[in-house]
Amino acid sequence: MMNHLYELLKIVLASPYTLPVIYGIVIVAVLPLVAGYVVLVERKVMADMQARLGPMRVGPHGLLQPIADAVKLLLKEDIIPEKADVWIFWLAPIVSMTAGMLALAPVGIGPAFQIAKDIDVGILFIAGISSLGIFGIVLGGWASNSHYSLMGALRSAAQLVSYETAAGMALVSGLLLGGSLQIRTLVEEQAKQGVWFVALAPIAFFIYLVASIAETNRAPFDLPEAESELVAGYMTEYSGFRWSLYFLAEYANMMVVGSVATTIFLGGWLRPFSSVGGAAGRAIDTVPGALLLGVAAYCLYRAPKQPVTVQKLVMVAVAGLCAAVAAALLAPVFVAQALWMKPAIHGAFWFLLKVGGYIYLFMWLRFTLPRYRFDQLMRLGWYFLIPVSIVNVMGIGIALVLHWERGMHLALALGLTTLMTLVVAGFLVRAELKREEQLRQAATGDAYAG
Amino acid sequence: MAETTQNGAGPAGGGSVQQTLLGADELILNMGPQHPSTHGVLRVKLKLDGERVAGSECVIGYLHRGVEKIAEHRTYQQFAPYVDRMDYVAAVSNGLGYCETVEKLMGVEAPPRAKVIRTLLTELQRIASHLLWLATHALDIGALTPLFYCFREREEILKILEKYCGARLTTHAFRIGGLQYDAYDTLEKDVERFCADFLKRIEEYEDLLTGNRIWLGRTRGVGVLSAEDAIAMGVTGPVLRASGVQWDIRKAMPYAAYDQFEFDIPVGKNGDTFDRYVVRMEEMRQSVRICRQAIEKIPAGPILAKVGKVLKPPVGEVYHAIEAPKGELGYYIVSDGTVQPYRVRIRPPSFINLQAFDKMARGHLVADVVAIIGTLDIVLGEVDR
Repeated sequence: MMNHLYELLKIVLASPYTLPVIYGIVIVAVLPLVAGYVVLVERKVMADMQARLGPMRVGPHGLLQPIADAVKLLLKEDIIPEKADVWIFWLAPIVSMTAGMLALAPVGIGPAFQIAKDIDVGILFIAGISSLGIFGIVLGGWASNSHYSLMGALRSAAQLVSYETAAGMALVSGLLLGGSLQIRTLVEEQAKQGVWFVALAPIAFFIYLVASIAETNRAPFDLPEAESELVAGYMTEYSGFRWSLYFLAEYANMMVVGSVATTIFLGGWLRPFSSVGGAAGRAIDTVPGALLLGVAAYCLYRAPKQPVTVQKLVMVAVAGLCAAVAAALLAPVFVAQALWMKPAIHGAFWFLLKVGGYIYLFMWLRFTLPRYRFDQLMRLGWYFLIPVSIVNVMGIGIALVLHWERGMHLALALGLTTLMTLVVAGFLVRAELKREEQLRQAATGDAYAG
Repeated sequence: MAETTQNGAGPAGGGSVQQTLLGADELILNMGPQHPSTHGVLRVKLKLDGERVAGSECVIGYLHRGVEKIAEHRTYQQFAPYVDRMDYVAAVSNGLGYCETVEKLMGVEAPPRAKVIRTLLTELQRIASHLLWLATHALDIGALTPLFYCFREREEILKILEKYCGARLTTHAFRIGGLQYDAYDTLEKDVERFCADFLKRIEEYEDLLTGNRIWLGRTRGVGVLSAEDAIAMGVTGPVLRASGVQWDIRKAMPYAAYDQFEFDIPVGKNGDTFDRYVVRMEEMRQSVRICRQAIEKIPAGPILAKVGKVLKPPVGEVYHAIEAPKGELGYYIVSDGTVQPYRVRIRPPSFINLQAFDKMARGHLVADVVAIIGTLDIVLGEVDR
């Protein structure tokens, strides 16, 4: 009997589908939790910027807030409006959610963990699947049978179509430099060239940054759910768990665009100065562990100050968790036997750190900037980002040809490209400012006349 | 969508357009009375062509409490707390207007000390009211953070008011004939500390908003109101001044102790949302200036004129207006010689300013509608009374 089980296990483990399935299950199980904690971080960051504390009640410093929120959302009454198209209403958030999760599949968290599979057209897969999420939004807005939802859905569709183009062009710039669509190859290419592509194509990175904010419907481009205008946009009629699916999809999308930007422009799982070896390299390698040890020490320091015993215990547990991760990070650096673990663990750390930084930037912008108006958003997309990204892609193509065929120094060629793109961008900005000025004078002209 | 690339600025289309370019019908969008940015219970029926506003209609009355009718069944003193509930974010100003009107009717005058303290508190209240406007206006346009900064400073003002009279929002700070409470010991110090802090904090708000491209794009050329239109519609306050009309009752017909202080009246020139923003920001600075002068010279003396316990104004009628944070706040009182007014008519600035809404919103986008509601700085308690 045991033998049979063992044989079965061997067959299962040998199957090429086993690991992806396990990864998939982990993603589905873990992503909501991660998204919940990203929300908590966002609320804490927001509170910090707005001179207040944020969630403090559930758990020490609100650490259990996401769990409480999830329970609340699950227990909430599930309202479907009377005149809604029930089936589409029911299906739409699932479409959004599925697209968001599926797009995470080929993302590579470190050289050892590719979430599902290292598809040879990984980036294309992500771009394609994440665009499908828009169907969920449009269908949801339509099925709700409410004016606010409909307008939110329309805005969302127009916005995604406009910004997908610019984002695609920006991605192409990175792909040209890497020479592949495969995630692993892209990162390895950056390791080989000894430079992250953000340094080679800064404008492409900037365009991708702006376009990805717009694609994920985040402020200052959060028009589809503009709270002060459309109540909640396409989510207006949604409540409870269905609403939280949309919410999860938004955060999943944030992680997807963060991962894509990290992979293509920020060196994926490479650490800063990845070409530095020896003692200096070792010193850099100890930084992640030291950072987490610092966090653990701070948690221990704060633990006695918590008012309730449970909170003290949670604080100690968090400290223990941090210390364990720190140990895992430090072990490969100092213990020779554990050296084989280093790329996987350190790669994952740097990758997640970079994605976190990217998402932090999203939050920072959200709390700082007012919201664009619809026509302004469209102008920004069509009259600025798309032309600039096209010029940039062409320039990078020419620079690469010059580099390959004429032996021109790559950095010089790309620097010239960047300069040229900046000049074009400058012209566009000037034209736009002039037009704005004219419009303003036209609008306020009669005020002067009187 | 044909309209997406057109700019929202400038009047376009009219209310009569029934069919749009694509042959689609117009959309009637019912905004409010429960909506995140209609500032209370304003209901706006918008006729939309795509996202462009082809016409609008404000439906009010959801907060009607019959304040004017209540006045006919209360004595003059009893009615004073009711006026605080009209513009509840500027209760002190409402009270000042009412007390001064009754004083005018009775022919008494508040003592100099009372006048200066009244002026001081009213100006603090003006800052608080403008802060609330800035907070919500910025929030409507999508800037989340100024809200919390503004409330932080407003809190300081409310603390001063609380120390003075024990109430924070509906203060009933003044009495007919002067004041009930004298200034507390550290009033001058508190106000000075607030003023010094606040001037720095205004810089902070301006850093976040004034030069911001998105903010400029959302406010410049939006909701333009020409000077003639503003005057024709009876618009007052910062909205009128932003259109380029230098009209401030504090200067034109000084009341309380405003004739003793130096201050400027900021005036805009384009009459758009951005000018109204600039005018209000500058008004806060001028209010700080008045407060600082006021704490320098609070005269000694009594705080309450001799009015007696039972107020029986002579038969007659009186109109008196003050410059409330939102515009001209006028009280028209008819007395029949009894202890109760025969009729009280209140001219609230928000109600009259709201008239300009349709004119300002037409041809703009839905997003501009919330910006325009915000820039009018209406309080529904006052609109509906």
